[in-house]
Amino acid sequence: MDVVQLQSRLSEYLKSLFNDGTLDGQFLQLQQLQDESNPDFVVEVVTLFFSDSEKLLDDLSSSLEQPNVDFRKVDAYVHQLKGSSSSIGAQRVKNACIAFRGLCEEQSIPACLRCLQLVKQEYLYAKNKLETLFKLEKQVVAAGGSIPSLDAGS
Amino acid sequence: MASYYASSSSSGEVTADHRDFPHVLAVDDNHVDRKIIETMLRNSSCRVTTVENGTRALEYLGLRDGQPNSATLVSSAGCQFPVMVILPSSYEIPMPIQQASKVNLVITDYCMPGMTGYELLKKIKGSSFLKEVPVVIVSSENVPTRINKCLEEGAKMFMLKPLKQSDVKKLRCHLLNCRS
Repeated sequence: MDVVQLQSRLSEYLKSLFNDGTLDGQFLQLQQLQDESNPDFVVEVVTLFFSDSEKLLDDLSSSLEQPNVDFRKVDAYVHQLKGSSSSIGAQRVKNACIAFRGLCEEQSIPACLRCLQLVKQEYLYAKNKLETLFKLEKQVVAAGGSIPSLDAGS
Repeated sequence: MASYYASSSSSGEVTADHRDFPHVLAVDDNHVDRKIIETMLRNSSCRVTTVENGTRALEYLGLRDGQPNSATLVSSAGCQFPVMVILPSSYEIPMPIQQASKVNLVITDYCMPGMTGYELLKKIKGSSFLKEVPVVIVSSENVPTRINKCLEEGAKMFMLKPLKQSDVKKLRCHLLNCRS
C-alpha cells in the first residue's frame, strides 16, 4: 500500500471508532495537543491510561472479593477509572463506569461483579482498538506520511 | 529555641517575567489528568508543577500545618551566602510577598482522597501569605451547591472536566495577565 492508501485506511479506522462510540470528541482534544514538540503525546497518555486502568481493574476485583466489601473504596476506584477514561475520550468505558457507580450505591455485590465484567470488556475492546490505531499510525509514518487530522465536525 | 541553617540558591528563583510565563501549580490525584493539564498549560505558555495531593501542594507552596515552614522563611530572604537563623519557636515572621509569587495560580481537582480541592482552597485562602494566589477548581461533576461553595470560599473559577485546550487558554487570559 502506498502512503495515501495507508492514510486513508487510518482515517477510516479512526472514524469507525467514533461511529461505534469507542471514542468521543475528547480524543480529538488529545490529538490536537500533539505537535512537533510533543510528537508522541497521544501514545504516551493512552499508555498511561492502560497501565492505570489495569491496576484499577485489579484493585476493583480484589475489593469486591473481600469478606466485607468497602463500597466507598469500590466507588473511589470506579471514579478514578471514569475520570481517566473520560479524559482520553474512551466513551464506552466511561459510560460503563457511570453505570457501575450507580450500582455501588445499591451495594449489591453480584450486580457490581457483573458490572465489573462489563467495564473490563469495554476496556479491553477500547484497548484493542487503540492499539490497532497506533499500529496503523506507525505504518503511515514508516511509509513517509504524516498522520492526517480528523476534524471535530467530520 | 529553634535553629535553622540553610544555604540559599541566589537565583534559584526565576528571572523571566512571570507575566510572560506564569507558574501554575496543578493538583490532581489522577495521573492521566495531571499529564493532560500539564500539556495544556505548557501550550498556553505556562510553567507547570504538578503534584498529586493537597498535602504536597501545601508543602510546595511553603505551608505546613497552616504556618509558613521555616525553610521557606529563610530561603525567601534572598541572601547570597549561607544564613543561620535562630528563632524562638513561637516567633512568627511575616512572609514577604515574593515567596507567594513563586506560584501565580493553583488549579486543583475537587475530588481527591485525603484533602479535597475545597479544603486545599480554604487553607490557601486562610493563609496570610497565600490568600492572594488565585485558585481554580476543576471537577467532573456538575453540582451547583459544590460550585457555589467553592466560589464563595474564594475560588476564581470552577471548570468542568474533561478540560479542553480552549478552557485552559481562556483561564490563562482571564487570570494570568493576558495583557502584553
